[in-house]
Amino acid sequence: MIDLTTLIPALLIAATPILYAALGELVVERAGVLNLGVEGMMIVGALAGFAAAVATGSPAMGFVAAAAAGAAVSMVFALLTQFLLANQVASGLALTLFGLGLAALFGKSYEGVKAPAMMAGPMGLNWMVWIGFVAVAAIWFFLNRTRPGLILRGVGENHDAAHGLGHPVRRVRIAAIAFGGAMAGIGGAFISIAIVLQWTEGMTAGAGWIALAIVVFSNWTAPGVLAGAWLFGGVTALQLRLQAAGVAVPVQLLSMAPYLATIIVLTLISARQKFSRRAGLGAPGSLGQNFHALR
Amino acid sequence: MNRRELIASVAALSAVTLAAPAFAQDEPLKVGFIYVGPVGDGGWTYQHDLGRQAVEAEFGDRVETTFIESVPEGADAERAITQLALAGNTLIFTTSFGFMDATINVAQKFPDVKFEHATGYKRADNVATYDARFYEGRAVMGTIAGRMTESNKIGYIGSFPIPEVIQGINSSYIHAKKVNPDVEMRVVWAYSWFDPAKEADAAAALLAEGVDVILQHTDSTAPMAKLQEAGAIGFGQASDMANFAPSPRVSSIIDNWAPYYIERVGAVLDGTWESKATWAGIAEGEVEIGEITEAVPAEVKEEALALKDAIASGEYHPFTGPLNKADGTAWLAEGETASDEDLSGMNFFVEGITAQIPQ
Repeated sequence: MIDLTTLIPALLIAATPILYAALGELVVERAGVLNLGVEGMMIVGALAGFAAAVATGSPAMGFVAAAAAGAAVSMVFALLTQFLLANQVASGLALTLFGLGLAALFGKSYEGVKAPAMMAGPMGLNWMVWIGFVAVAAIWFFLNRTRPGLILRGVGENHDAAHGLGHPVRRVRIAAIAFGGAMAGIGGAFISIAIVLQWTEGMTAGAGWIALAIVVFSNWTAPGVLAGAWLFGGVTALQLRLQAAGVAVPVQLLSMAPYLATIIVLTLISARQKFSRRAGLGAPGSLGQNFHALR
Repeated sequence: MNRRELIASVAALSAVTLAAPAFAQDEPLKVGFIYVGPVGDGGWTYQHDLGRQAVEAEFGDRVETTFIESVPEGADAERAITQLALAGNTLIFTTSFGFMDATINVAQKFPDVKFEHATGYKRADNVATYDARFYEGRAVMGTIAGRMTESNKIGYIGSFPIPEVIQGINSSYIHAKKVNPDVEMRVVWAYSWFDPAKEADAAAALLAEGVDVILQHTDSTAPMAKLQEAGAIGFGQASDMANFAPSPRVSSIIDNWAPYYIERVGAVLDGTWESKATWAGIAEGEVEIGEITEAVPAEVKEEALALKDAIASGEYHPFTGPLNKADGTAWLAEGETASDEDLSGMNFFVEGITAQIPQ
């Protein structure tokens, strides 16, 4: 049967890229912005991180560069949606296409290049896996226990009221978008530097979309994001290992399970909101709406 | 217009007027390609794109090619194929098994456009199919795998449980078993043609099970990097993947679509195109065996090459009886070889493979 000592690290590794990307998107969405460009920012981060890691020989520098690159491309989205008030859904989709194309173009010379050795930490796992846990706690603390976090949530819940109270809606949102871009970039770089160990065009292969699903699954909370990343990553790692061990598993059913869970969670959330008026649950009130100060 | 241009255009004019009158070549023939992955995947789609480039190089100004890459197998494929047909392409290659129904549907709407579908089995008056006998190459890889494994466990990363992939698994297993009776085959289905992170994880899962030789039927080079890390070996799939030579990549199956693409585009240009099913292998040069590196002992290399030659000359068929199906029922009698119909609908493992084909 399957050895838990190999399954758990595999689960943690498979969950890490989507964990970073989903944590970033969580903060973005809590600020009331829906950025569907996660996939695009991830792939740009995957390339930039890989390129920097190869150039400097240091995976750590790769992750720094990936964060910077992810944040940089997210500013295209910020410009479109926060200043030009373009539709967020369309701009986000455009960002995904833009990122995929941009990375494919600049990635040509990196095809076939090998990554430097990864940063092994405790339990032989990459340090970024452990930093991911810290990020979950830090983001939870920031959102729920700090004043800037409260302001960010306020901006996302009702931007007119936040504006009325004198909070800089646009600046908060731009900062959130940049943070989301940086986290997506790190998530993408984890795929290229720590999992696949090379650059391949289109290598994120839909991880960004899974990250978006996880944010919904998490009910917009940081611990929920962690659970979602484990669920999605865990199912992938588990089914591959069950197959390798020669156990007949219904692969299609297992692959479907996280999405099914997302639907169930969404149904439960909406049912609960119907019957109780507890605050802080569900999607932020101003999610996906553009803000334009009238006064 | 300087003199050189003048000469060139006069030459071009006379070429047009003197050339076969079967085609009044005012505009270039527009040829479209639909790819399932990105052209930079280093595997399957990369090889198809080399074929497209060979067409351009062969026919020059007489053709104009376009491609759409990373088209998902599913509803969106129909839209992408329709888009190419509407854009005036008169010959369209759809290069993945999963585009089969979409190709047939679009072909019904555009009777004047010719379609070529790779690895499928549904044809129409304007839809031809073409495939390569990958299983012939797999037989050679299986021989090397059987000789090279020390744990007697061979892994196979499959994409989807379709005949093309099942043939490869069976062929690898049969020939590994032939040279190493103790060999055992582990199969992991990735349910994707291209997902580097998942392919890498599939390789890691197999390695954790003690597998030390991995064959892959997915399109990225991600498993190679994992093999390198673990000191195991594998084989290039679809493309040579020579970046990973001499080890972990000890040999490869290379799909060479260029001769076929040139032949078919040529057929449209001179008006002789007709719908047919083409299934070429090592003999025709459509399936090539990449260089066997020095990581493989000389006698194994020799054995593998001898098998390749026997297949190429037609003297040996990789599916030759006696062979039973995995459920124990008889399939091929002593000396009998598998028919093409049997192979193109293959939905069972041969006896000895304990893995299940997902239904």
